[in-house]
Amino acid sequence: MRILVCVKRVPAVGSRINVTDDGQQVDTAHLGFTTSPHEECAVEEAAQIVERLDGDDHAVVVLTLGPEASAEQLRYAASVGGSEFALVTAEGGLDWDPQRTAVAITDAVRELEAAGGLFDLILFGNESADGGNFQVGIRVAHALGRPIVNGIKGIDVGERGFTARRETDAGYEVYELEAPCALGVKEGINLPRYPTMKGRLASRKAQIQELDCAGGADAGGQSRVRLHRPPERASTTVQLGDSAEAAPAVVDLLDELGVL
Amino acid sequence: MSDFPARADCVVIGAGIVGNCLVGHLSDLGWTDIVLLDKGPLPNPGGSTGHASNFIFPVDHSKEIVDLTVDSQHQYEALGLQNTCGGIEVARSPERMEEFRRRMTSATCWGIEAKLLSVDEVVEMVPFIDPDVILGGFYTPSVSAVDSLETGTQMRRRATEAGHLQTFANTEVLDIETVTGANRPRISAVVTDRGRIECDTVAIACGVWSPKLAEMAGATIPLTPAVHQMVDVGPFDALVETNQELAYPIVRDMDTFCYERQSAGSMEVGSYAHRPILHRVEDIPSNEEAALSPTEMPFTPDDFDDQLEQAIELMEFLGDGEIKYAINGLLSLTPDAAPVLGPTPEVENLWSVAAVWVKEGPGVGRLMAEWMTHGYPRMTDPHGSDVTRFYPQDRNVIHIETRADEHFNKTYGIVHPREQWATRRNLTCGPAKARTDDLGAFYFEAGGWERPHWYESNADLVERYGVEGRTHEWDARWWSPITDAEHMHLREHCGLVDISPFQVFEVSGPGVVPYIEKMAVNKCDLPVGRSIYTPVLTADGGFRSDLTIVRLSEDRFRIATGAFDGGRDEYWFRHNLPADGVHFENRTEAVATYGVWGPNAAALLQTLTETDLSQEAFGYGQVRDALLSGIPTQMFRISYVGDAGFEIYCPTSAGLALWDAITQAGRDFELRPVGAGVYGTTGRLEKGYRLMGAELESDYNPVEAGLARPRVKAADFIGKEAYLAAREAPLAAQLSTLRFESLRCAEGYDRFPMGAGNEPVLTPAGERIVDSHGRVSRVTTAGNAPSLGAYLAMAYLPPELAAVGTELSVMYQHEQYPVTVAATGANLALFDPDDSRMKA
Ligand SMILES: Cc1cc2nc3c(=O)[nH]c(=O)nc-3n(C[C@H](O)[C@H](O)[C@H](O)COP(=O)(O)OP(=O)(O)OC[C@H]3O[C@@H](n4cnc5c(N)ncnc54)[C@H](O)[C@@H]3O)c2cc1C
Repeated sequence: MRILVCVKRVPAVGSRINVTDDGQQVDTAHLGFTTSPHEECAVEEAAQIVERLDGDDHAVVVLTLGPEASAEQLRYAASVGGSEFALVTAEGGLDWDPQRTAVAITDAVRELEAAGGLFDLILFGNESADGGNFQVGIRVAHALGRPIVNGIKGIDVGERGFTARRETDAGYEVYELEAPCALGVKEGINLPRYPTMKGRLASRKAQIQELDCAGGADAGGQSRVRLHRPPERASTTVQLGDSAEAAPAVVDLLDELGVL
Repeated sequence: MSDFPARADCVVIGAGIVGNCLVGHLSDLGWTDIVLLDKGPLPNPGGSTGHASNFIFPVDHSKEIVDLTVDSQHQYEALGLQNTCGGIEVARSPERMEEFRRRMTSATCWGIEAKLLSVDEVVEMVPFIDPDVILGGFYTPSVSAVDSLETGTQMRRRATEAGHLQTFANTEVLDIETVTGANRPRISAVVTDRGRIECDTVAIACGVWSPKLAEMAGATIPLTPAVHQMVDVGPFDALVETNQELAYPIVRDMDTFCYERQSAGSMEVGSYAHRPILHRVEDIPSNEEAALSPTEMPFTPDDFDDQLEQAIELMEFLGDGEIKYAINGLLSLTPDAAPVLGPTPEVENLWSVAAVWVKEGPGVGRLMAEWMTHGYPRMTDPHGSDVTRFYPQDRNVIHIETRADEHFNKTYGIVHPREQWATRRNLTCGPAKARTDDLGAFYFEAGGWERPHWYESNADLVERYGVEGRTHEWDARWWSPITDAEHMHLREHCGLVDISPFQVFEVSGPGVVPYIEKMAVNKCDLPVGRSIYTPVLTADGGFRSDLTIVRLSEDRFRIATGAFDGGRDEYWFRHNLPADGVHFENRTEAVATYGVWGPNAAALLQTLTETDLSQEAFGYGQVRDALLSGIPTQMFRISYVGDAGFEIYCPTSAGLALWDAITQAGRDFELRPVGAGVYGTTGRLEKGYRLMGAELESDYNPVEAGLARPRVKAADFIGKEAYLAAREAPLAAQLSTLRFESLRCAEGYDRFPMGAGNEPVLTPAGERIVDSHGRVSRVTTAGNAPSLGAYLAMAYLPPELAAVGTELSVMYQHEQYPVTVAATGANLALFDPDDSRMKA
């Protein structure tokens, strides 16, 4: 089985997000970067699917589109179950619009499949943590002519494809998809593992294939006008006391809030 | 919650371990109106305390740090917040095994139980260590881990319940205001995002943010935020099964600069091996901007990979552990790695309480509360941590960062007591630097100055005087036999010593006599041209300094003090200036100083001057203006090396010409340049002269140091009451000179104790010697006495042992060497005890 997981490098932000002076970027001066959380779950899910299968000719290919530094996210994926890695170098960093991104990833998938065979499953995160466009996965699947369902919280391997579950207010919707197909997964589908120390060390040796997919610069055309920081909601912390002595004050407060 | 106050006696900024412990102790000492502020929420406001590994290894080579650490352990223990699990340092190299012998020496000195372990013994205690990787261990049973957050909470509660403290979390200090004070700005208020608090005293306990807070007031706290990487890995069955937070001793893998500390089912692995990663305060995110907390910066995994490999080498099972948490944690580094405590020199009533670890937090709280209450700490002499030790040129960000960069990887390093800095050299040089360079001077740094320690041009003297080298590399490091040869040459002919790094101050004005009398123990109101060597005391009667004062005119005195003491002494003299009537000036940069000593010194100098240099005309301790080769100088007949001669002061601009004139004339007198190795150690030691920071500390008084004069002057001075009491009290310790009877080590060659402060004086049977005040006898200085053919040491001894002839021993590198008390009391000189040579 070959599974492709598409991940995105995003800033690891605190509760206040600063914007650069030109209003075009999140100010990442103090920030580290991470993998968008839904996609971290996607990597975990792919690793678990493959681990449950017999044989060892399976692959979890992890692809990211982003700046050179996105190699960090691929190495992280290598330390938690990824086996092959592709970096689509995106000029201009992370800010391609979703349509252009989708075109580039589609091209990359075709290139990878031409060399290594079809992917039985392509996993996306439901949406990226920073852009939140909810589009890339669907556009790629559409361009490749493959079925896709978003919002997935459970995947099983079936005879001819995959069974996927989506959470609704009332319970689960269950989908059966024939391979090759695509799914957009949501945080909560699993609890992603942490890298082991050995895993981290091994990931340093992971080979990263660089792909140059311009993505059709004229695709899309959505452009950013300006990022704004929403007005801050002031919150104050009131210490109710410490240790057991705080209990009565806690009870009073819960009472006041009407939750008792 | 109380209303925000408009006034307080004292505002403490920062509620990490340090600020919390400070308010607890201030309250204990009777401060009744304290406000504690922190910009973050309690109990974990987001500083370094919140993510510390919280362990304490008490053994260190520095007395000051050990005193603070052990006191802290007692306080944590008393609060029931200490878990004593023991700790093992493991060695991978023979050099580290040697270092463990030094650590055993320190442990013996401070009375901390410790033991050298064989590889098998290490593995018996920590079965998952790979025996093939290590050579042995150093075990300290009293190593502990503490709850620093709960300790902080309890310290605050103690002060709050006493009615002395109001605490405000989520309150950011935006400015610190000052008003014009007697001779420098004085604290007046703290401005926060919730209002302004007028106050008399401010203490900055803001960890890595401290420099920014100091800057608000126009002061400096020289430290830089620096990364210490730490990861939490696990879970491991072997640890989970123990069902304890700490079932195994904490392990420090010293040669890889790495530690492994059990934390319930997982292991914290921390590193001091990665490249130094320094940040500027303005780069630290706010609590809201930070993904975790402000001091848990994003982990940079590439920097940690080597450590992961080394950790797995030591404990293979770690490889399968998951890295659940990984941070670039922030802590504070100062230019010399020691804390920065005490009054800031720039602003009155502004205190620095920074660059302190969890392991020292409660002790520092006590020390600082004593300092702020009594004017100087009582629990230990703080000179190595005193923030005023730094000179103005040490306080800029380039210096701080360059030095921090140099010493970060020495955190677990083997640092030689004489080790010299590699960076930031050649910044302050005497006027004859070009000449001393040509002579092959080997420079030691002295208070930022380049000071020749010996001269390669004197290498020929080694053979002439038959000086022997040292067998052990450790003993010979940062040392040269040339020093002993220079010493012999000075005693036989004469030597020229560049002492320009001397710190020179002048005080003048109509109020100068009462002022200088207030500062000094000995009488200064003497005729013009006379000099006074005098202790300077704390209010409690301990040494704050010792220095030489010269009366230049009716209303002007010059003060000369050591290169390492200038910052602290300048602070003290300025701090005590009256509101008007006395002017203080630091003349160090303006004045060059040379010493010419030895039997030929006077004859040599006489060829350059018409001033009569005979003993009859120009006696010991006198100062005269004199033209030397046409250069205006001030000549001062004095000696720290035990031979007749002069200190010569001249304008820095004439310093090169004067050097040339003296060396030229010296050709007929066998003059050689002589380094500070003679001036500071061999010459001094033969004469039993005391040195500030070595023999002289605030823990001891002039009576014990043998520096009490027969009579006490009538004028009042700081520490007088305590000094008078000490003169009446039974003597608890007496400074003595010890002679080594043998330096032969078990391997059959001679070793040479360093006198670095951590070598205990023991009974011949190997027992520690502690006086009735609890002070341990230890070597304060050690060195060769080439003219005596002996190796000497100085130490304080209880009176019953301080008798010539008493047989004792000194521990060095965990071996005992026999010594005999050779002199005690006022005159500690073994060479020319009658000073006949100085009067010749
Ligand atoms: C990963 C790691 C592990 C460590 N492990 C150990 C260990 O095992 N043992 C050990 O002894 N030490 C350890 N340390 C070091 C230790 O954490 C620190 O030395 C110690 O916590 C410093 O305490 P502090 O009170 O000075 O500073 P902090 O705890 O940083 O407190 C300073 C406080 O000042 C407040 N503040 C700053 N600016 C303002 C402002 N403008 N207004 C109001 N408040 C302000 C901050 O919010 C903060 O709460 C470790 C450090 C790191 C990084």
